[in-house]
Amino acid sequence: METEKDLNLEATELRLGLPGTSNESAKNTTHRSNKRALPEQPMSANIDTASKNCDQETAQHTKAQVVGWPPIRSYRKNCLQPKKSEAEMSGIYVKVSMDGAPYLRKIDLKVVKGYPELLKALEDMFKFKAGEYSEREGYNGSEFVPTYEDKDGDWMLVGDVPWEMFTSCCKKLRIMKGSEARGLGCVV
Amino acid sequence: MLWGSRKTINMNYFPDEVLEHVFDFITSHKDRNSVSLVCKSWYKIEKYSRQRVFLGNCYAICPERLIARFPELKSLTLKGKPHFADFNLVPDDWGGFLYPWIKAMAKSRIGLEELKLKRMVVSDESLELLSKSFPNFKSLVLVSCEGFTTDGLAAIASNCRFLRELDLQENEVEDHRGHWLSCFPESCTSLVSLNFACLKGEINLASLERLVARSTNLKSLRLNRAVPFDTLQRLLIRAPQLVDLGTGSYVHDPSSEAYNKFKAAIQSCNSIRSLSGFLEVAPRCMSAIYPICENLTFLNLSYAAGLQSNELTKLIQHCRKLQRLWILDCIGDKGLGVVASTCKELQELRVFPSNPFDAGNAAVTEEGLILVSEGCPKLNSLLYFCQQMTNAALITVANCTNFIRFRLCILDPIKPDPVTNQPLDEGFGAIVRSCKGLKRLSLSGLLTDQVFYYIGMYAKKHEMLSIAFAGDSDKGMLYVLNGCKKLRKLEIRDCPFGDAALLEDMGEYETMRSLWMSTCDVTLGACKMLAKKMPNLNVEIINESEQTESNLDDSQKVDKMYLYRTLVGHREDAPEFVWLL
Repeated sequence: METEKDLNLEATELRLGLPGTSNESAKNTTHRSNKRALPEQPMSANIDTASKNCDQETAQHTKAQVVGWPPIRSYRKNCLQPKKSEAEMSGIYVKVSMDGAPYLRKIDLKVVKGYPELLKALEDMFKFKAGEYSEREGYNGSEFVPTYEDKDGDWMLVGDVPWEMFTSCCKKLRIMKGSEARGLGCVV
Repeated sequence: MLWGSRKTINMNYFPDEVLEHVFDFITSHKDRNSVSLVCKSWYKIEKYSRQRVFLGNCYAICPERLIARFPELKSLTLKGKPHFADFNLVPDDWGGFLYPWIKAMAKSRIGLEELKLKRMVVSDESLELLSKSFPNFKSLVLVSCEGFTTDGLAAIASNCRFLRELDLQENEVEDHRGHWLSCFPESCTSLVSLNFACLKGEINLASLERLVARSTNLKSLRLNRAVPFDTLQRLLIRAPQLVDLGTGSYVHDPSSEAYNKFKAAIQSCNSIRSLSGFLEVAPRCMSAIYPICENLTFLNLSYAAGLQSNELTKLIQHCRKLQRLWILDCIGDKGLGVVASTCKELQELRVFPSNPFDAGNAAVTEEGLILVSEGCPKLNSLLYFCQQMTNAALITVANCTNFIRFRLCILDPIKPDPVTNQPLDEGFGAIVRSCKGLKRLSLSGLLTDQVFYYIGMYAKKHEMLSIAFAGDSDKGMLYVLNGCKKLRKLEIRDCPFGDAALLEDMGEYETMRSLWMSTCDVTLGACKMLAKKMPNLNVEIINESEQTESNLDDSQKVDKMYLYRTLVGHREDAPEFVWLL
């Protein structure tokens, strides 16, 4: 509890993903997506004549979008927008099966933005614990191992490749259990 | 002095018919208005010979008075909502209803033949009444209107026996899945122009083909997204005489039979001068239209979001006679360079944003605009959405002195010159100083009162000015009102202009069509005073908050004010949220 904090376990924490990637990249993506919704902050903060405008505008810019700006007819906006939001809204849905479960589920890989969230989502969905991932030993400390079928039809361990590569080649997810799992989990 | 010796010809010796014949040659509305002011006899002759009327604000006069004034009316153009309604600044139900006009004209047995509407609310009921009341009705053009469904179109198709033109531009039309197109009777062969590109629903393709086949005078055909590629190809075979084509879906397989047939069909369409559509477009399929590009004068690819810059530029390289080009900003600055070197006849350029809400990523900058202004000496009309603009660029662009319309929209509305960090006052100043014929100007970017000083000083022919997020004080607005004596429409949003500016020269507003001010510093009290002192103006407040007129203090700022000159006082159809002062 307190001792854990003192030990700064974060520095030695085992994480999914390649060395060098961290939660910061996840933070960056959310930050970027927030920025997209807002018009850019005015860069003119250091100009005296503009400072009055600046205050006025910064207040307005805290709205998600300025109403009626840019000045484009709704008809035109609606023609172009749907294309964009369609692309954003069409998720990457993959089937998830778990050994012994009576039916399959589906999960949107676009919504979970990385491996930690994916594992958490799977754990919540099927009520299990995946154990700790390490490149050397796979998933330690559990009977359950998340795997996926890739484009070539091979069954791979979830977590070995970068997240973007994973989302593009993952066709199906399967949570393996028991002896099969142990075979996959041990990489000697 | 010379009275006795001058030989004068008294026009009144001529019979009315001769004067009428002379007046026939006077077509401009302004000139005809002047003619009617000369004397009573000219007024009377002009009144009975006037067939075309343009009403820039449908609330400036009521239908009954218009009909009494021009009983031989045949062609009417009406505009309803204020311009900023296009950008969602005016709530629904504000007004601009067509029905009362149709009802009045039907009752007075006006021989209406043409109706052109912009930003009006058009109900199915009004379309039906229209279709049944005017036996010689020939032309219906609806731009940026709403309130009707395909049922209303069905009524037009069924009942207007001599219909020549049905032109629907950028309207919000509810699709009721009726087969409106099939309602054109077999006997209807008079169509010259059919534009239904803005409709979202399915179309009976067989009916369309039969209609096009029997409309031998058809010159203009613009299809909607639901018309597939192979239908397009069959339509072209039936109508090789087309002058204006808007494709629907342009998605096809380059190796297919339909594509080969299309290539053959389009080759015979050597009258096509205007091309638009491509509402759905597959990449790398545009080479089929290269054969007709040589003769194009108008090209509108502003809805073709599927085309990349290199395809666009390859296409444009074939369009050497282009006079008007509407395009998306994904063409990029380099692509605009290709436009500049190819389209030497270019007069009008519109560059629309493909990602309107992504202020960091518009694909064109001041570079593209410089290239076009330097390469296209005939350029006189511009609408340009861009990422950024510099004073230096605008000063260069000002060398192109022919501009009549100059509308610049920087996606970040208060962005300064990114190189110098200065406001864009000097750049726009150069534009208004050099372009002496400038009639319409829209400003954006960081702007102080200085730009309005320049506008007031130099923009003598200005008729329409759109201002957003600009200026520092009342002085800005005053420069404009004092300097631009030909101003007809002034629309302002989010500027620090207040009561002093509004009330300084109230008489000015009677020489203008309308003034819009939203999110400025104008108070309710000032608006009330203006309304009281100027009985020929309607001062309307649009109030979308919960407060009622009695709750609001005179010193409180109004959110939206719209005033316009009128001959008939308060309108009767204003909704609750519009206060008529």
